Amino acid sequence: MTLTTFKLNLGPQHPSTHGVLRLLLELDGEKILSCEPDVGYLHRGMEKMAEKLSYIQYLPLVDRIDYLAGFFYSELLCRIVEKALNVELSDKVRVIRVILLELNRIASHLLWIGAFLMDLGATSPFFYAFREREMILNYFEKLTGQRMMYNYFVFGGVRKDIEFLEDIQNIISILPQKLNDYEKIITENPIFKRRCINKGVLEKNVALDYSITGVNLRASGVDFDLRKNDYLYKGFDFSSVVLEGKDAWSRYKARILEIKESIKIISQALDYLSKNEKLEQKLINPINLKLDNGEYYQEIEAPRGIASCYVKSVGEDKPYRLKWRTGSYYSVNLLRKLLVGEYLNDAIAIAGSLDIILPEVDK
Amino acid sequence: MNYLYFLYIEFLAKYNIPKLFGDITFYIIPFCIIAAALLVVVLILVLVERKLLGFFTQRKGPNRVGFWGILQTLADAFKLLCKENITPTKADRLLFNLAPILAFVPMFVAFGVLPYSAEFTFINTQTNVILYLIMAAFPILSIFLAGWASNNKYSLFGAMRSVAQLLSYELPITFVILSVVVLASSMNLTGITLAQFSGWGLFSWFFIPCFLGFVIMFISILAELNRCPFDLPEAESELICGYNTEYSGMRFAIFYLSEYAMMFANSIFITILFFGGYLSPFGKYFMSNSFLLYFEQAFWLFLKASVLIFIMIWIRATLPRLASFDLLKFSWVILLPLSILNLFIMVIIKFGGFLCS
Repeated sequence: MTLTTFKLNLGPQHPSTHGVLRLLLELDGEKILSCEPDVGYLHRGMEKMAEKLSYIQYLPLVDRIDYLAGFFYSELLCRIVEKALNVELSDKVRVIRVILLELNRIASHLLWIGAFLMDLGATSPFFYAFREREMILNYFEKLTGQRMMYNYFVFGGVRKDIEFLEDIQNIISILPQKLNDYEKIITENPIFKRRCINKGVLEKNVALDYSITGVNLRASGVDFDLRKNDYLYKGFDFSSVVLEGKDAWSRYKARILEIKESIKIISQALDYLSKNEKLEQKLINPINLKLDNGEYYQEIEAPRGIASCYVKSVGEDKPYRLKWRTGSYYSVNLLRKLLVGEYLNDAIAIAGSLDIILPEVDK
Repeated sequence: MNYLYFLYIEFLAKYNIPKLFGDITFYIIPFCIIAAALLVVVLILVLVERKLLGFFTQRKGPNRVGFWGILQTLADAFKLLCKENITPTKADRLLFNLAPILAFVPMFVAFGVLPYSAEFTFINTQTNVILYLIMAAFPILSIFLAGWASNNKYSLFGAMRSVAQLLSYELPITFVILSVVVLASSMNLTGITLAQFSGWGLFSWFFIPCFLGFVIMFISILAELNRCPFDLPEAESELICGYNTEYSGMRFAIFYLSEYAMMFANSIFITILFFGGYLSPFGKYFMSNSFLLYFEQAFWLFLKASVLIFIMIWIRATLPRLASFDLLKFSWVILLPLSILNLFIMVIIKFGGFLCS
């Protein structure tokens, strides 16, 4: 370190690190020479806790791994158990889960849009995005009794039949207009364009090297969407959003388009539910639930990249080891590479565009 | 001002108070009036901004203290007064304490220079445009002092950005003012106002020949005020709070106050330069009584200034922040050449005799 450079501690309590991320930056003026992410301020021992709790005791906790997309993690744990016990879900259960997952994905992306624009200094879109997210959270509250930590999926099915379908219908009919409004106030804004286009360019091979998944990867031109092969999504007609821009702009655009795809999926699911089929599910008795000796692995497409769960069981009612893979963790690591050579205020935009959420990183 | 002066001396003479006393106090009273008016204006302005931002973002804004949230800013100010003034251990104590004072004192002069109506200019010199310019740029000095003395890297960043911003945007402002001075053939703000007076009303105001100048001026003033989209010196998502990160209690309140006071003063300044100051848009006044006429003139001035303030708040609700590199480039590459071009056009209009008046 020479005299002209100095170190700046960005975080852990900083308005735009979305939680408690600490970035150790070495700066020359406002130019970033190196970046060292420091994580772990929100570590809650999610993986260690699993070793002490039975599967059903652990299930309500996993929502908290990512509080913006809780359904995805309970889905993962349920799928692991269902896979181990070879339980096939009925179509209706599948559709219910897909609806809730996609609504949750929309809520998560909406929050990201608000927070990202907040990072860029625009305050209003934050409130607009929250207004739409509020409708979804209100629906979740009506259905599950909770706004963020739902605990609605159980091993082998869902806790109760889905209700208040007219609310979902309402949400997906309002959202497209609102997205158009966003396009007017955000997407076409010249300042926004200048701050995002060609900023934080994530090359295809770099993204693959750093194990980036999810929207960030697809915005770099790699067509990789787990939903395409997931049996949960079998029969749904949707396309995975792949953009070639590689910059913060295309990551923004990809999320907007992904919300539109999710709306498409939900409306198909609603068509299915309108047949009024009776809910049939073979719930697994969680008391004394034991998985056979062996290793189990399941992955799904969460809003922030691939989320996966690994369980090693030695035939007890608790997992011997349980590990989570979360998308944000890899995005944080990417900051090391992406921020070098950028100016401080671009760095905030770039870090924001990767959609990092800290509870997911620290687990 | 002479008229008021004689009124005042006469008033004192009635009670047998020596003229010397009147001579001295006559020049102090305006500053007391400004100080009182300033506080009221800022209290209203902060409330209006928060209310409007609330409406823009589908909220209600402050609505708890007093009817319609009217007393909210008063309550906030009181809270700030009660808070502890913390000076960081490693801060430069002298400069740290001096900075808020330097932010506030120039306000008095800046407000004193502006003509509110035909007779109300507290400091009336032949070149008070220049005086105003100096005073308007003064808060940046205090921002720089605050940023430096806080001994905080974020504050320093804010201060650096602020100075860079001032240096780049002061030049276009000066060129635009120069073009208005050319149009009016006067460097006195009252003179500039009167140069826009004609039976045509608002059609003889300078924003018509000098619309380009007005746009440049408005953008540059936004930058000088550190307002969105030029709010880099206090970019919340980047620098936490910029130069006033380390300030608390009343010192922070003073920064806040001077920021809003400056916003108000600058809107009045733009109004005077381009929208005929206190002139009525209809070319004639409705009040015939000379005393009520002053109030009517002040009413027109504040009305026009509030429209500008509304636009500033509107912009804040709409736009994201510029990138720091773009910020400087925008000034040097676009605004500065345009403002010089504007000056040439104004010279041609003025001396080519195209100006209707």
